[in-house]
Amino acid sequence: MALYSEKVMDHFRNPRNVGVIEDANGIGEVGNAKCGDIMKMYLKIEDDIIQDVKFETFGCGSAIASSSMATELIKGKPVSEAMKLTNKAVAEALDGLPAYKMHCSVLAEEAIQAALEDWKSREKQS
Amino acid sequence: MIYADNAATTRMSEAALNTMISVIHENYGNPSSLYSIGQRAKETLEEARRSIAEVIGAEPREILFTSGGSEADNQAILSAAAIGRKNGKTHIISSAFEHHAVLHTLEKLKKEGFEITLADVHENGIVRPEEVEKAIRPDTCLVTIMYANNEIGTIQPIREIGKICRAHGVLFHTDAVQAIGHIPVNVETDQADLLSASAHKFHGPKGVGFLYVRKGICVTSLIEGGAQENGKRAGTENVPGIAAMATALKEAAARMQEDAVSLTAKRDRLIQGLRRIPHSALNGDEAHRLPGNVNFCFEGIEGESLLLLLDDKGIEASSGSACTSGSLDPSHVLLAIGRVHDVAHGSLRLSIGEDLTDADIDTMIRSVGEVVEYLRSFSPIWRDLESGKKQHIL
Repeated sequence: MALYSEKVMDHFRNPRNVGVIEDANGIGEVGNAKCGDIMKMYLKIEDDIIQDVKFETFGCGSAIASSSMATELIKGKPVSEAMKLTNKAVAEALDGLPAYKMHCSVLAEEAIQAALEDWKSREKQS
Repeated sequence: MIYADNAATTRMSEAALNTMISVIHENYGNPSSLYSIGQRAKETLEEARRSIAEVIGAEPREILFTSGGSEADNQAILSAAAIGRKNGKTHIISSAFEHHAVLHTLEKLKKEGFEITLADVHENGIVRPEEVEKAIRPDTCLVTIMYANNEIGTIQPIREIGKICRAHGVLFHTDAVQAIGHIPVNVETDQADLLSASAHKFHGPKGVGFLYVRKGICVTSLIEGGAQENGKRAGTENVPGIAAMATALKEAAARMQEDAVSLTAKRDRLIQGLRRIPHSALNGDEAHRLPGNVNFCFEGIEGESLLLLLDDKGIEASSGSACTSGSLDPSHVLLAIGRVHDVAHGSLRLSIGEDLTDADIDTMIRSVGEVVEYLRSFSPIWRDLESGKKQHIL
């Protein structure tokens, strides 16, 4: 199928880091059902390193692939590096997305940032 | 491979294909030419016109060949609007879930000062004739209601609407693209004044269709040029396509009764099977629907990912999700029957053909069940529904 690159189809068919982290210390959810995409990211951060990351996504093929790729790009990385994740990096790592699907990569970036924000505010409180 | 998208297009029948090839090879003349091969092409063209007219109860001169259903819809509506405008009538009645070939043409007319009333299609996806009658005003120039819906397959009460329009002296057009060749259509008993059809929906070729125009109605030409089609549609006729369309329609009409019985049985088997998937719902009336149409919504999942995974399992289908349309909104048809956005995104249309066996139907039921369950396993919406954070709708 020519709609998506091989990489997109690979991450869609075999999404990495799917699921929930029960003791996550950063959770972010973005998108809305009305538009047809919701992404939820779970982070387990220790010593400013992203030890584990998992996602749940309701959405199209590129939304699932973008979530999967975004988790791969930040897993094991320091928080400071994860903060710099852009949608462009997600899309590039997937060998590109169709123009009208670029918002899926934006959603992935926003989901990661939302989870990191959540972690930061929890850190402040404790 | 299980092809279950016959509402999108059908495979050409052998007979239609043979007709097309033989016309291309042996009868390549221009029907407007005077010499023998041109006149033979003209004969082929007129024979196709006779054959098609006979199937739908029309006269040959009432059949106008077009490039397909969209052109026929455009021409029918713009013609009726032109007639209306001449008589100072600028009100049109249609329904909320027409094909875009109709809705977008109506949008265009709205900008030119026409008033459009869209009849409600209700939860069952069926227009109520009494509501159409109530909407008719002294300045109504056209009622255009589709014969059967392309997404959810619901069959409209065309005969009743036709009768009402005739009684009120209002022109009646029906987009019969999904109906022709699948259920009985007759312009006399249906009292249609204008009717659109497309060959590739009944095992004919793409790029060809026709518009039935009741005699006495003056249609406007959309394409200017030569005097083909009585000056109502310029351009050298697509003779091979038109001949193949006639063959396909004749064949479909001959098989219709037999096919409808076996197809309806398979459709109902599929509906029963898919119903067993929790939190799913059939879209559109169960009884008044095309023999091959099944359309479901599944809560908690999105349609495009469902289609891609079904394709991996060798099943080719379609969905009304936003992501398959390239827009942010899901299908206007599903919204018109009252499905909320969240649910409308998780729709699946399986439009089956005569070639599928009961074993294929069972494979589809199993595969759809597996894919829906898998996608739900990591859907945040599904988690919220199952944990009680959100209420199930279906």
